[in-house]
Amino acid sequence: MLAYIGRRLGALIVILFGSSFLLYNLDAYSSDPTEGLRTSTDPRAHQQLLSLIRTLHLDVPPPARYFMWLKGVLGVFTGHFTLGLTRDQNQVSTYITHAIPVTIRLVTLATVVAILFGIGLGIISALRQYSRFDYAMTFFAFLMYSLPIFWVAVLLKAYLAISFNNFLVNGTIAPLWIVSAAIVSGVFWSALISGTRQKVMMIFAIAGSATTVFLTLLSLTKWFTHPGLGPIMMVALGLGFAFGITYLSTGLENKAALRSSVTVVLIGLVLYFPVEYLLTKFSNLLAIFVMLLVTVAIATAVGSGFAKIDRRPVIRTSIFASLFVGFLFIIDKLMKTWVPYVNSDAIHQRPIPTIGQANDLLPEGNFWFSFLDIVLHLALPTIALILISMAGYIRYSRGTMLEVLNQDYIRTARAKGLSERTVVMRHAFRNTLIPITTIVVVDIAGIIGGAIITERVFGWRGMGTLFNTAINSYDLNLLMGVSLITSTMIILANLAADLAYSALDPRIRVVGKK
Amino acid sequence: MSIFSRKAKVSQEQADTDIFNKETEGLSQGQIVRKRFFRHRGAMVSLLVLFSLVIFVFSTLGFKIFGIGFRGWWKYQITDIPSLRTDGCSVELPGCPTLDLLPGKNFGLGDHPFGQDDLGRDYFALVMRGAERSIEVTVVIGLVAGFMGTVIGAIAGFYRGWVDAILMRLNDFIITIPTIIIAAVIGFHFGNKGVLFLAIFIGLFIWGGLSRLVRGEFLTLREREFVDAARVAGASNRRIIFKHILPNAIGVIIVSITLLMSSAILLEAALSYLGFGVVAPDVSLGLLISQYQDSFMTRPWLFWYPGLLIILIALCINFIGDGMRDAFDPRQRRRISRKDRAAERHQVVKK
Repeated sequence: MLAYIGRRLGALIVILFGSSFLLYNLDAYSSDPTEGLRTSTDPRAHQQLLSLIRTLHLDVPPPARYFMWLKGVLGVFTGHFTLGLTRDQNQVSTYITHAIPVTIRLVTLATVVAILFGIGLGIISALRQYSRFDYAMTFFAFLMYSLPIFWVAVLLKAYLAISFNNFLVNGTIAPLWIVSAAIVSGVFWSALISGTRQKVMMIFAIAGSATTVFLTLLSLTKWFTHPGLGPIMMVALGLGFAFGITYLSTGLENKAALRSSVTVVLIGLVLYFPVEYLLTKFSNLLAIFVMLLVTVAIATAVGSGFAKIDRRPVIRTSIFASLFVGFLFIIDKLMKTWVPYVNSDAIHQRPIPTIGQANDLLPEGNFWFSFLDIVLHLALPTIALILISMAGYIRYSRGTMLEVLNQDYIRTARAKGLSERTVVMRHAFRNTLIPITTIVVVDIAGIIGGAIITERVFGWRGMGTLFNTAINSYDLNLLMGVSLITSTMIILANLAADLAYSALDPRIRVVGKK
Repeated sequence: MSIFSRKAKVSQEQADTDIFNKETEGLSQGQIVRKRFFRHRGAMVSLLVLFSLVIFVFSTLGFKIFGIGFRGWWKYQITDIPSLRTDGCSVELPGCPTLDLLPGKNFGLGDHPFGQDDLGRDYFALVMRGAERSIEVTVVIGLVAGFMGTVIGAIAGFYRGWVDAILMRLNDFIITIPTIIIAAVIGFHFGNKGVLFLAIFIGLFIWGGLSRLVRGEFLTLREREFVDAARVAGASNRRIIFKHILPNAIGVIIVSITLLMSSAILLEAALSYLGFGVVAPDVSLGLLISQYQDSFMTRPWLFWYPGLLIILIALCINFIGDGMRDAFDPRQRRRISRKDRAAERHQVVKK
């Protein structure tokens, strides 16, 4: 194993060397960083030109200059690491260390949501192969494949940000919208849950009327201008999730899992006021993290208390339920911050921003204010990124799931008389995740360098913006810095994907002598 | 009722396999593929739409090929600046679109179907020229990258050894630089040399994924008996590659080139949007969106039409690619409908 990793890392260095050499020379020969200064009529231009040539060693031919740059990069082993200077004489590495966290913040949430929903929809679509839902999903996925992200971004800005802000002034939903939302939800749920025609009609009616009642209530109570979860909603959501997750993970027949997850939810809700107090008193990320650990510990204890045999699925189910309750608490806290946030001077009642990564005018030091601010600034780019990247996951997981369902071990599992839920969730789903893991890992690495357009459209200052600046200002060192980081991430992710594959699938071995 | 319910029964699967086998009896590989493709409704509709769209787009403004010019049927060129149309538009927003698809008095294209931009240029002409450029770029990228990927993958997979090692390292170099980065570097520095040059240059750098696929296919195919047989019969390497292996790998190649083209049209749009692609006096769909994105609130038509056209083209190519994948994949089986089953039962009864 170690020998394999060592050999792969050796290959990695060779590949990085090759690709950076290629890009360096391609860019160096095709661009002239002194062009602007040489044609300038400014009397100081000549002086600047000379100093630029001196600091960036422009008098050295590119292939040789590449090795000067490489010497700085290899300094990582000797402690003299440098990615070179930018045109304005700053260290490239400083720019990059500032940009990476921004990009990671931009893509993390979108990637996680896209993966979860993409895999979920893809698998349901595979289980309903050739159904109306399947065709709709296929069309939807192809449509998302074909969307230019900058075009979607403009639409999102117009309809989700500007129109939604206008809507918030009043906060009531027009009846036409309620009716259309009801029809959409009815169609969605009845397509999702298959059955006889009668059942489909019933589900359509239930989902449609539930949506109507729900939206009307929200509209009448002015929920959108004064959002909050409130105890009833928390109880309903928590119990609903407890039942749902038990159904998916162990089946409702498993009484221990059901009882334990419901208990966890109830414990959480009983502790509502103490937790609320703690969140207000200790508002920082560390405190939230500690509370998360406590939550998981409680869930584990409750789970092992209820389970007599086969503890792991029960504990797993209650941990999921407890995490959901924790999530509800955070949402509730954010909603309570909403009214003061919207009415603060910096926001001016227009909470959904169309551009930027944070509002600089907000008062400092209020953790929940800045938390909500970050969440709202993330909203539009996240939706855009999800729309673009979810399509791949839907198609891929659908294809893999169909392949897995045709395997002999699935037939064996059915022949043993296992319930269809066990066959799907335990035998098919887990095997589907193996190939998906590998593309997910590679995708995450790619997206860090690949959010160039998203960053540009939404005005974030991350790696993509850095790359844009580098090209437009003929800044070779900056360009190489960005691309070196991105390429390294991609290669390492490929290695990680291969290792993950072999760890998940015992049939694959990486310890390879040919 | 539940999420996990399963429709198909095992016995029915068996019956379906029989129907399927009977249908393909006595047909050549090519005939089966063609039959499957024609049956893929999405792909056929897309093919039809794309074909008519290409003819429509290229005939609108006319084009020049080998020095022979063809006049288009549309009355404006992109350089014409007719006066802004005011009748029928609101006062602040002259130049609104005249396209009307509802039956009635105004049905048809009208004077300016997609409206006019702020200068008064006919937007229909601009969008059509942009679509021409986008389609050209897509096709050229597809051809160049397809050629490179196929040749390099074929050579690497067929000859193996040090040739393979060198070519695949070259492949690794190219694959590790993200497409958009390398395309942007090329686009920014060579964009002013013309669209064709840009497309060829980009095509030279994005064949990485394709060549890997082709190489894999060649590695397996070259070990098969029919290749041995050909070699024993005295066929040259060139003949084996082109006559024996390539026809068997053609499915993989066509499918990936199609999918490559659908990403190429989005890549071109993205590059032009960022300013690294097609540059100003020329027009492309991405460039139009980038130029007019700020007018979305005032003149929405300047934003809608180029975007919808990109989506339409990319969607068609994707569906065609999907249809081809289904047609070429021997494991893929079409859905056996209730009607087919009824027909089968009917025949059995008659016998």
